[in-house]
Amino acid sequence: MPTYIALTYTADVDWTRPEYAEEMKEYNEFGAAAAAVLRGGNALYPTSTATTVRVSGGKGGEVLTSDGPYAETKEALTGFYLLECADLDEAVKVAATIPAAWAGAVEVRPVIQF
Amino acid sequence: MLAGDATRVGDGPSAAAVARLVREERTRILATLIRVTGSVDLAEDATQDAVVRALETWPRDGVPENPRAWLLVVARRRAVDLIRREARRAGKEAEAVSLLDPAPENPESVRDDLLRLIFTCCHPALSLDAQVALALRTLAGLSTAEVARGLLVPEATMAKRLTRAKQKIAQARIPYRVPAAEELTARLSGVAATVYLIFNEGYAAGAGDDLLRTALTGEAIRLARLLAELMPDEATVLGLLALLLLQDSRRAARTDADGRLLLLAEQDRSRWDPALVTEGVELVGRALRRTAHRPDRYVVQAAVAACHALAPAYDLTPWDAVVSWYDVLLTVHDTPVVRLNRAAAVAERDGPAAGLALVDAVDGLTGYPWWHATRGELLRRLDRPTEAVAAYDRALALDLSGPQAEHLRRRRAELTD
Repeated sequence: MPTYIALTYTADVDWTRPEYAEEMKEYNEFGAAAAAVLRGGNALYPTSTATTVRVSGGKGGEVLTSDGPYAETKEALTGFYLLECADLDEAVKVAATIPAAWAGAVEVRPVIQF
Repeated sequence: MLAGDATRVGDGPSAAAVARLVREERTRILATLIRVTGSVDLAEDATQDAVVRALETWPRDGVPENPRAWLLVVARRRAVDLIRREARRAGKEAEAVSLLDPAPENPESVRDDLLRLIFTCCHPALSLDAQVALALRTLAGLSTAEVARGLLVPEATMAKRLTRAKQKIAQARIPYRVPAAEELTARLSGVAATVYLIFNEGYAAGAGDDLLRTALTGEAIRLARLLAELMPDEATVLGLLALLLLQDSRRAARTDADGRLLLLAEQDRSRWDPALVTEGVELVGRALRRTAHRPDRYVVQAAVAACHALAPAYDLTPWDAVVSWYDVLLTVHDTPVVRLNRAAAVAERDGPAAGLALVDAVDGLTGYPWWHATRGELLRRLDRPTEAVAAYDRALALDLSGPQAEHLRRRRAELTD
């Protein structure tokens, strides 16, 4: 069965803060409702905690780190889920029940299975 | 099957008759083969192979008794060959054996396969550009080069667009399926939008344009007829076909002898195609009878077109009815362009001052040439020539086709002479 990753893009918030408890509850409810197809997933700390890593001059070269996410976007990548679904229609149906779908957007991508 | 056909030449059927027959069957074979093989690319290659063999052998040997079955057997064999070759290259066991047994296809499964193909090509996860390209390439059977020329896109760009679309279908697993009843309405309106876009591409083309481009109206009508054949009880489909036929009925009257564009008011109505008008109006009636609650935008647009089609002269247009249909349209499809069209109808019913007030109240169309052109026309009727000229100038500064710009220049010239 194909696996899809659902990347949640929302306001760049710190989910651990108490003011997001209500939203976290909604995500937990989604997790319980979608348990049959969920194969993993997590919320991410805000992009202010992100470090972007590059190695210059090829493998083994100088490691360059910079503060912040790889791509600055209005809505930030704030979490992900792995969904095992029969096809894209089914994955879209599940993704549409993730709270991020109405708070921001959810990007659904097929995962390559080697 | 074609025995005694008037197009027979000598001992075999004419190449043209064979080409027509093969083209009609091609999409059905392809639709079935995609389901069986699970791959659009593979099915297209195999179907193409069968089509080429039919075009070579049928004119010489005669058309087989069951052309569809013949094509399907040949295409299946070719698909098996292709899968085996691919499996050998990948060092995998052939998985193609089940394809070898050509279970007889009943009419029901052929219909379902066609629907699957239509809904897959017009899947909302594909961009509208990709949907249009797939509809023309895969459903209508045009070559990539023909699709590219029809849509004024470089062939390499079109080839890439088609490849990406087919890759997305395969890799993201867009299902090969007819939508469930509860999603059918939404999905059908997506299919209708794609077909209507194809029609409008062809309709917007002028006399000097590539014939392949103007032929897009015919391709769109073919697709709409196929939809109506497959889903004869869906109001959206009947409304779409009605709308296309009624618009197409004016084809011969849309331009004068010099190829200049003529507006509805200027057209010689005796040149409208009466057969298309009759069929279109009848379809509007059927569609309205199948409209339960929420009216469909294509049905309502077709109803407006029917009001025009049935009026013996422009002055005899039932403007009250036209305005009422636009009111209905606004309840399901409220866009600035619909508001503009309604305002133009009000101008005909209540006079240019009432129309202009409504046109000026439509927001968001300053980049739309026909908003300025409509203002120009109404200002002209209100005897405000300076403002009318300025309005035409603003329209002409925007993006218009050659014949459309020529039409507006003529109107403007009448004011300054």
